[in-house]
Amino acid sequence: MKKNMICIMCPMGCTISVEEKDGKLSVTGNTCLRGAKYAEQEYVSPQRVVTALVKLNNGKVAPVKTDKPIAKGDVFKVLEEIGTKEIRLPVHIGDRVIENVCGSGANVVVTKNINV
Amino acid sequence: MNKKLEYDVAVIGGGPAGMAAALSAKKVKSDLKVVIIERDDRVGGILNQCIHNGFGLHYFKEELTGTEYAQRFADKLAETDIEIMTEAFVLNLTEKEIFVVSAKYGLVSIYAKAVVFAMGCRERTSGAIAVPGSRPVGIWTAGMAQRLANLEGLLVGRKAVIMGSGDIGLIMARRMTYEGAQVKMVCEIMPYSGGLKRNIVQCLDDYGIPLRLSTTVTRVVGDKRVEGVYVAKLNEKGEAIKETEEFVECDCLLLSVGLIPENDLLTGNRVEMSSITGGAIVDEYRGTSVEGWYACGNVLHVHDLVDNVSEEAEIAGYGAGRYASGVREDESIRKVFTGKGIRYALPQIIKGKSGRVKVFFRTDNVYKNTVLKVMCSGKELYRRKSVIMSPGEMASVVLNKEDIKGDLTITLE
Repeated sequence: MKKNMICIMCPMGCTISVEEKDGKLSVTGNTCLRGAKYAEQEYVSPQRVVTALVKLNNGKVAPVKTDKPIAKGDVFKVLEEIGTKEIRLPVHIGDRVIENVCGSGANVVVTKNINV
Repeated sequence: MNKKLEYDVAVIGGGPAGMAAALSAKKVKSDLKVVIIERDDRVGGILNQCIHNGFGLHYFKEELTGTEYAQRFADKLAETDIEIMTEAFVLNLTEKEIFVVSAKYGLVSIYAKAVVFAMGCRERTSGAIAVPGSRPVGIWTAGMAQRLANLEGLLVGRKAVIMGSGDIGLIMARRMTYEGAQVKMVCEIMPYSGGLKRNIVQCLDDYGIPLRLSTTVTRVVGDKRVEGVYVAKLNEKGEAIKETEEFVECDCLLLSVGLIPENDLLTGNRVEMSSITGGAIVDEYRGTSVEGWYACGNVLHVHDLVDNVSEEAEIAGYGAGRYASGVREDESIRKVFTGKGIRYALPQIIKGKSGRVKVFFRTDNVYKNTVLKVMCSGKELYRRKSVIMSPGEMASVVLNKEDIKGDLTITLE
């Protein structure tokens, strides 16, 4: 399998290809070592921290995030799960809204102190 | 008579720049009386609506959301006796006093030995860039849409076209996608994006949102509500190519077409301004041409990373704190000029004779495999090779002030 991606390690934005042959990865198009590492990680398992909004009991919203990166493919599943929640004021940074969201191993936590 | 209040250092604006400047001024001497004048009901500024992550990688060496980054500084402020005057708006100021209207004090005159200007910036609006067509409901600046989404829980539309690929536009493309909207495309008039590479990949590419370079919105269509926009490719002269014009159905148009330092307070005073940055001309402590007045953050020049804002604000706060404490330095004025490929450099003036100075600069285009040079009175003071330099990412160079005997020129070879 072959996958093309744009490297984000610097403003250069190299277009890198990762190809898997007999269980081995070959990276081309990168101009530095950091790019090769990034491309391998993106190929094997792209990870993203998800930041979103959760409903508050006063009709407004509170910002939340996953406390570690989750698989990119699970982003919308996690967003859907966050969308079903409503939390009560006051909320503080680090308050857990969902534990082990969608079995990802990450918790969804509040990222802002809101009292009223 | 309105109330009079006296301080050593008054900081105008309680966003990331104002918070860091106030803390830094306080560090100079712990008995300095410092006040932050903030128009919102809390400090934090624009960070309060930045719920995405990617903040703090340089400053805190960890990845935080904007809201978390702001709270770190708010917590530090709470440990000091720095006064935070919220819901307070500066009406005007002279070199003698600051006229403030405040929820707590009413109309009040503030006297301060040193003033730090940290008012941030505002978004360029649709009017400023003149998109032809009607003006129905549904045209928003990206930052306003962000505020409504992240603070009020309101989504401005279901089908969006974003004009301008500045970072706020890119971030909003992802936010709207997350909230169930469809982002049709991001149009950028330049042949490159002004946003961070990381944002292009993680906000657009991840969700298959097309980035159309050298493309502009030629017309807005809609009666009461936006029904769509026409977009067209631009030729080298920046003119729309009629044959490439196409209709894109959407119910909102978000504009992320640049930021303007919010310098209304500084204009009309004796402060010398730069027509390139839109901010004041400053020395290495971010002191303006009016003695005792300092500026930092986006009111001085628009930054791409808040980490750089905090760093710069600490320099300005240090300068203001020292000035308020009565410290005066031995000065020798050297100017910093820009040469080939450099849009601006800051500070524009170096006064001190000892210690180090970090000069920030932006290039005027994307340059690959180039050499950065700093010339001083015809001699080469510094040189480094660079694989890439892009206007979207601010760069810097650290120099020893002892070595700077004359005016500097920062240039690409």
